[in-house]
Amino acid sequence: MSTGARGEQPTVPAAEFRSYSGQPILNKPVWGSPDIPGYLFLGGLAGAGSALAAGAQLTGRAGLARVMKLGCTTAAGLSLVALVHDLGRRDRFLNMLRTFKPTSPMSVGSWLLSAYAPAATIAALSDLTGIAEPVGSVATAVAALLGPEVAAYTAALICDTAVPAWHDGFEEMPFVFVASAASAAGGLGMLAAPLAEVRPARLLGTAGAVIELAVVALMQQRMGMPREAYRQGKAKRFSRAAQLSSGAGVALAVAGRGRAATTRLSGAALVIGSALERWAIFEAGLSSAEDPRYTVVPQRQRLERRSRDRPGRSARPPTAGWAY
Amino acid sequence: MAADLAVDLAARLPSLLERTDPATASGWRDHPPRMGFFTDTTVCIGCKACEVACKEWNHVPEDGLELTGMSYDNTVGLGADSWRHVAFIEQPRRPARDPGTEATCAAASGVADAGIRWLMASDVCKHCTHAACLDVCPTGALFRTELGTVVVQEDVCNGCGYCVSACPYGVIDVRRGDGRAWKCTLCYDRISVGDEPACAKTCPTDSIQFGPLDELRERADRRLAQLHAAGVGDARLYGRDPDDGVGGDGAFFLLLDEPEVYGLPPDPVVTTRDLPEMWARAGVAAVALAGSVALSFLASTAGRQR
Ligand code: SF4
Ligand code: SF4
Repeated sequence: MSTGARGEQPTVPAAEFRSYSGQPILNKPVWGSPDIPGYLFLGGLAGAGSALAAGAQLTGRAGLARVMKLGCTTAAGLSLVALVHDLGRRDRFLNMLRTFKPTSPMSVGSWLLSAYAPAATIAALSDLTGIAEPVGSVATAVAALLGPEVAAYTAALICDTAVPAWHDGFEEMPFVFVASAASAAGGLGMLAAPLAEVRPARLLGTAGAVIELAVVALMQQRMGMPREAYRQGKAKRFSRAAQLSSGAGVALAVAGRGRAATTRLSGAALVIGSALERWAIFEAGLSSAEDPRYTVVPQRQRLERRSRDRPGRSARPPTAGWAY
Repeated sequence: MAADLAVDLAARLPSLLERTDPATASGWRDHPPRMGFFTDTTVCIGCKACEVACKEWNHVPEDGLELTGMSYDNTVGLGADSWRHVAFIEQPRRPARDPGTEATCAAASGVADAGIRWLMASDVCKHCTHAACLDVCPTGALFRTELGTVVVQEDVCNGCGYCVSACPYGVIDVRRGDGRAWKCTLCYDRISVGDEPACAKTCPTDSIQFGPLDELRERADRRLAQLHAAGVGDARLYGRDPDDGVGGDGAFFLLLDEPEVYGLPPDPVVTTRDLPEMWARAGVAAVALAGSVALSFLASTAGRQR
């Protein structure tokens, strides 16, 4: 086990780690890819995009507003499809609205989406057809008010689990998610809106990407040993790719100010970078659930700390001479 | 909105954080005492009668007949189709550091000088006081019974899988081909008519004991004292403490080694304990996002005027 970069606390030596025949302690999440990471990405894109659409409408950027409204409706629709597709019993998706439970982010999110998705859809349809413009404006405002919650709640959704690489990042995850959402929405605006109107999208997208990469690093730094799940296997490859893509997006936006090709390319890179980051987080969670080390080592460290703080109570009852 | 929810949740939280009877906290009135399991692994002989009785009584389908090579364990772990799981742990003795081992060994398994000891333990859903699976279930399919146990309603579950990711013990899982989540019901059908669960009924050594949780805790304390007096220093109770991270388990254990050796988490915490803070932070993040969007327009407009 690596002890990580300078300044990080070293993990418990490997010899201290014990398990039952190397079997995982947790059951692996049954959430699948691309449904769930795709949902996290699309929900963020839509949520931040609706706020961007409302701002564009308010400031007279009709082209940007239309692009964002269409993008948000499509993303919201696809994310609902992904959610329902991931259910074990798709015919029972309406059971999501059977009750309202603040202890279940999935319940809260279902209610949130069932208000947000129609609003976003009405906003887009009204914009496209020119029908019922006042209703369209109200819908645009409602979607803009609910959008940021849609983008943020998914962090609580994945962190409210026993999965170490998700739960142990719960302090920073909402900020990672909204920054990633801003990057994706800004990127979409840069990709598809009239060039004269893309400036706010570029500011939002590049700032989002920079903050996302910074907060992801901070989150990993602070979460302790489960950070290792982000630095191995698929998660590592996805997060490398996310860094490259988002980094390239920011560099292009800064270097090629205003030029069409670079703006479009930069937008695409930001959108892709945001998606890759969600995949990285998703895969890190899965691999941290599959390896008992991620469950046992941090819990052991917690017990050791507690027994250090409360002397006289040993974290480990005396063991007789049994080898392991 | 998220901030409102956090407030609402905080108001409802006492039941999540305090030492309360879970059935009372879930709104049951005049309910019977909380029932549970005490699994004394020191007397388990690894016969797996519990696994078989559970499958038979609950019509749990067969889920593969492979040999794993993990001692006598071909069940591997708990899941949708294994609601009892007997773990087998073979430990070679380390002569260098075992002054008290002879006594431990003899008392624990009766194998005084074989050079190994064999730990066996029948694992099951813990029916947590603060059950993460139940907290996160969006449909209300998982519910708290009047007996303080945690049960899935198979006609409600839509297979969202949230409970699977939330359980800190790796108990509940979604059944392949069926799509819904399944786990031990503590034989809700049997115990609600005064019978004992199938596994406890069949256990030939009384390793699995069923009864009111208060009585089981007293019995477990006596058994632990007895073992310690007999020199079995590594005997310990797991899930007995009502102040642990899940508020104590409705199904708890007497173990002879550290929990992780049996495939149990050493210090499980119900994930929803941190949910109020997660909601608060999600609320702040949402506001920050809305603010950033506003700022990006302000900055653009200012830039245009210049
Ligand atoms: S052990 Fe897992 S499945 Fe059983 S009640 Fe606790 S959280 Fe739920
Ligand atoms: S899979 Fe079923 S029991 Fe589990 S959280 Fe979802 S609806 Fe509830």
